[in-house]
Amino acid sequence: MKQRTTDITVGLFMLAGLAALLFLALQVSGLSPKSAKSTYTVYADFNDTGGITPRGRVSMAGVTVGTIDSVTLNKETFQARVAMSIHGDVDNIPADSAAVIRTSGLLGEQYIDISIGGDMESLKPGDTFYSTQSAMNIERLISNFASGK
Amino acid sequence: MIDKIASLGHSGISMVISFGRAGRFLAGVLSGVPRPVAGFPLLMRQLYSVGVLSLAIVVVSGLFIGMVLGLQGYTILSDFGSEAAIGQMIALTLVRELGPVVTALLFAGRAGSALTAEIGLMKATEQLSSMEMMGVDPLRRVIAPRLWAGFIAMPVLAVIFSMVGIWGGMLVGVEWLGVFEGSYWGNMQASVDFRDDVINGVIKSVVFGFVCSWIAVYQGYDCVPTSAGISSATTKTVVYSSLAVLGLDFVLTAVMFGNF
Repeated sequence: MKQRTTDITVGLFMLAGLAALLFLALQVSGLSPKSAKSTYTVYADFNDTGGITPRGRVSMAGVTVGTIDSVTLNKETFQARVAMSIHGDVDNIPADSAAVIRTSGLLGEQYIDISIGGDMESLKPGDTFYSTQSAMNIERLISNFASGK
Repeated sequence: MIDKIASLGHSGISMVISFGRAGRFLAGVLSGVPRPVAGFPLLMRQLYSVGVLSLAIVVVSGLFIGMVLGLQGYTILSDFGSEAAIGQMIALTLVRELGPVVTALLFAGRAGSALTAEIGLMKATEQLSSMEMMGVDPLRRVIAPRLWAGFIAMPVLAVIFSMVGIWGGMLVGVEWLGVFEGSYWGNMQASVDFRDDVINGVIKSVVFGFVCSWIAVYQGYDCVPTSAGISSATTKTVVYSSLAVLGLDFVLTAVMFGNF
């Protein structure tokens, strides 16, 4: 085969590989060029995070507005400290809003939902949610129900 | 009894020797690389025979594996009423595991065996030694382009395999079994991370490509120059490459995805 034909076929082969990688990036992993927009970090302390993990979603009225960055233990209060990055264009979350851990569906993954408060002040980068509501624990619910509390 | 122990020791020593020879061989090949202009046409020809000609088997296998994953996943997930998660399952399985591993196994069978047989026959017909007589370094002229071609072609093939597999899964899941297309892609995008999943899969296939083509060219270069020697070297290439790929896959998965 002539060298030129070989070069062209190999070039097409490499381009196909590049296109496949692009497909995996954009369509499969949902990496969009505009997702590199600015975010800011806020914190929340929970008594029980349930199954919250980094990369989980943070939503507001069902719309995803950010992701969970890290879950660490605060050794002084023995609470879990969750850091989440919120999209920069959602900059008017009222300061008295609550962070609630919810489950999507019965067996779905857990996420953080922000229930809106009524304060005129809004959360600033680095702020901590004033009130939180921990993960619903089915076993605790059942035992409360069984003991009649 | 003494003889048996002695033969055990002998086989142990010869194994260590062959590892050492393989390492020295690799060092010899890699140290001879930097001649980009003259070596480029050689590399292109090898990329064609190793990469482009493997494309057909990779695409067909990828399509069918994706379709089987779609069917099996649907059967299991629909028991829990969560058949919408099928996209996530197919994408994660393909991108993390099946893409790199199955491509490497196919590559060892399709391209690795051919490399070994070709180089072995060159050795048996004394083409390699006549090159040396003419002052051409066979490591540089024959071996290095083949090694680099395998190294470059494998990640490309693995990425194409994953893409075709995901598309095949969509064909079965969405077109045939009626999963909603939006939830197929949506669940996939929510759970697949570009750096953690896609890039780690590509890294895996780079490692596999390197190991497979190293084994293939070494076995060819080191074979006994007879017809029986070539056939046993070709067999060894496929067996050793498959074992190395599966073993390394476990190690790489433990490092990349194990949380400890």
